[in-house]
Amino acid sequence: MSTSFVCGGLRCRVMSIVLAGLAGTAFGVGLVLSGMTTPAKVIGFLDLRGAWDPSLGLVMAGAIAVYAPLSRAIRRARRQPWFDGTFHLPTRRDLDGKLAVGAAIFGVGWGLGGLCPGPGVVAAAAGSETGLLFVAAMLVGMLAQHGWVRR
Amino acid sequence: MPSSWIFALGGGALIGAAAVLLLLTHGRIAGISGVIGSLLPPLPSDRGWRLAFVAGLALAGLGTALIAPSAIGASVRSSTAVVIAGLLVGFGTRLGGGCTSGHGVCGLSRLSARSLVAVAIFMTTGAATAMIAGAS
Repeated sequence: MSTSFVCGGLRCRVMSIVLAGLAGTAFGVGLVLSGMTTPAKVIGFLDLRGAWDPSLGLVMAGAIAVYAPLSRAIRRARRQPWFDGTFHLPTRRDLDGKLAVGAAIFGVGWGLGGLCPGPGVVAAAAGSETGLLFVAAMLVGMLAQHGWVRR
Repeated sequence: MPSSWIFALGGGALIGAAAVLLLLTHGRIAGISGVIGSLLPPLPSDRGWRLAFVAGLALAGLGTALIAPSAIGASVRSSTAVVIAGLLVGFGTRLGGGCTSGHGVCGLSRLSARSLVAVAIFMTTGAATAMIAGAS
């Protein structure tokens, strides 16, 4: 994977790191505000029976309402991002078994624990025992998949 | 509109804005499983922005613990179930190439067929699992 940083200066490097950190913090605050860090709420959204709580559907709707038009405008207006020589966007279009099986496995884990990766990291950093346990297991799961693929 | 809906929409909009910022500055998809997974072996060459992004996420968690600890909900499952959930989420997101953020937010925004299929599948298995395991 080639990474051509268009900025070589220290100030530019620092800015690029600060802005990536800011994006992470904003993302995390968004997860907390929207309720994604509350497993009971996530499970209440996924469990369609009884008093179904549809509010988490609005999280994705709100995010897409902002990201879809703005990301398109950025791609149209710019040849490259601020701190890299090129945009790194997925190019694959084929549907394969790995995509389907992986998504299915992820869904089972999400429905069981009520946490996906982002909220897991936020909860772990907040000192939540559940979050720490979840993230530790998640990292093991990721490493297992990496090893499994290389075999 | 109930206040939880407004928080969900507003929080979602902030997530979208954060993803826009990462695209504009680094040209990257804000897919959390990918950002984290690519920090693990085999190591990529571009660790800087990934570490900074994850540190930023963690900072949001630290801040929440200080300001509004109740926003981090306790588990509704046993520790064993949480560990199994974590293992499945880690393995599944890497195999399927994304999670709720990468496929859900960024992929659907790009009208990616792969992401549409992935979201439909993980929503279905997620709902099925939540219902079988029971909301407690």
